[in-house]
Amino acid sequence: MPLYAALIYSEEGGEASPEEWSKVMAEYNEFSAKAGAAGVIQGGEALEETTTATTVHVKGGKGGEAVHTDGPFAETKEALGGFYLLKCADLDEALGWAAQIPGAWRGRVEVRPCVDFSQAQ
Amino acid sequence: MTLGETIRIEGGRVLATLIRFTGDIGLAEDALQEATIVALERWTTDGVPAHPAAWLTAVARNKALDRIRRDARRRDKEIEAHYERPFEMEEDDSLRLIFTCAHPALSMEARIGLTLRLVGGLKTSEIAGLFLVPEATVGQRISRAKKKIALARIPYRVPSPHELPDRLAGVLAVIYLIFTTGHHAFEGPLDSRFDLAAEAIRLGRLLVGLMPDEPEALGLLALMLATTARQRARLDEHGDIVLLADQDRSLWDLKAINEASLLIEKALRRRRVGPYQIQGAIACLHGQARSDAETDWRQISDLYRFLESFNDGPVIRVNRAVAESKVFGPEAGLELLEGISGVDSWHLYWSTRADFLRQLGREAEAAVAYRSALAMNMNDADRRFLERRLASLSLA
Repeated sequence: MPLYAALIYSEEGGEASPEEWSKVMAEYNEFSAKAGAAGVIQGGEALEETTTATTVHVKGGKGGEAVHTDGPFAETKEALGGFYLLKCADLDEALGWAAQIPGAWRGRVEVRPCVDFSQAQ
Repeated sequence: MTLGETIRIEGGRVLATLIRFTGDIGLAEDALQEATIVALERWTTDGVPAHPAAWLTAVARNKALDRIRRDARRRDKEIEAHYERPFEMEEDDSLRLIFTCAHPALSMEARIGLTLRLVGGLKTSEIAGLFLVPEATVGQRISRAKKKIALARIPYRVPSPHELPDRLAGVLAVIYLIFTTGHHAFEGPLDSRFDLAAEAIRLGRLLVGLMPDEPEALGLLALMLATTARQRARLDEHGDIVLLADQDRSLWDLKAINEASLLIEKALRRRRVGPYQIQGAIACLHGQARSDAETDWRQISDLYRFLESFNDGPVIRVNRAVAESKVFGPEAGLELLEGISGVDSWHLYWSTRADFLRQLGREAEAAVAYRSALAMNMNDADRRFLERRLASLSLA
């Protein structure tokens, strides 16, 4: 069966009230229960806000110097072309792998941490 | 030393250990703050203990544990893990903190803010005052950076040997940027933010103490010391610029120049030359010259040429042009300025160009270049200097 990536865009930065937050969570729980029961969901993660993002670009092709920029990828002519989910000990390890993705020299790779729901927030 | 100074100086090391212990910058800061209050009370009556840093660390550790225990969201296991974690101060803690603050995944503003706040122990309001930006802006930058460190898991460690050259260059760049911002104010009076330069030297000394074998760390400290050694001679009683050639060299801080020269010699013996060592050597050559005529311009221009093999940016090219003009004449200097790009809005490029043209007697062209320079942003002393130069041209 074909696979599809469903990419979720939403407004951020606002301090949602606890009521609003639990309403959003309830809606997501409802969707994942339904789509999970239907066997549709193959994986998924919530991402931390773009202020936690680091964008990697490798200058001069494979193996070149990795340049890091604080913040998300500011869209210009490149478009989202794919993603990997990396399990790494820390950001340095993740950035090290990201710099080896061909997209890092052919374009940019934005590295964003996933929300860790096991940690008390 | 006052109690406050002792706490500020020891506080940086204590905080560095506490961050490793708690894994939480905010919690570590709060715990240190509470321990500081206890210390101020206790030390005023009982005197400062023999090992103030160890004392502060022990008290702050207990304060941190109290907070962790009070925090209902934390689980017992996590609290136990904290109990088991070693809390003795480690030599590397300060370096861990320095490298985390200057991490390349943070913006330059955030790196500077964090370094001054966490390593330098400055208050947010002090940083805001030094950079002439609103306190809220600095506060937001710092808290956003702390959040990123926590959520993106920027590690708290000294980089491994293969990463070290790049990462150390990042730390040196943060300190040097703090220094240049302070030494040569971008707006207002030239000396208005000299405290920042002093803070950068303090950070540079701290780094040299932690990495005594890193020649570039020695080079940066030498560069900063030799540059500030001329501090008292570079302005006259009206706050106007006195050119290097005209400075009263008896006002130079010879002790600082000697210290810088020794640092450079020590660094060069390591045989790993880098851009800060070269710039430090240049600043020392200026400092050692008893007069402008006795300055070893040939060696200085060779050093600038060597520097360009590390960094071919416009700032170095302009400096090299000045040095070469002293050896080969203004024509040679002017030639080196041709073909530099990205300098159109930099007043020192235009004023250097104008000066070469003036020396060549091409006054009409010099006037145009001075006017281009004056159209840019600069501090008051630079502006008055350029206005005087422009007025001195016979046709202006």
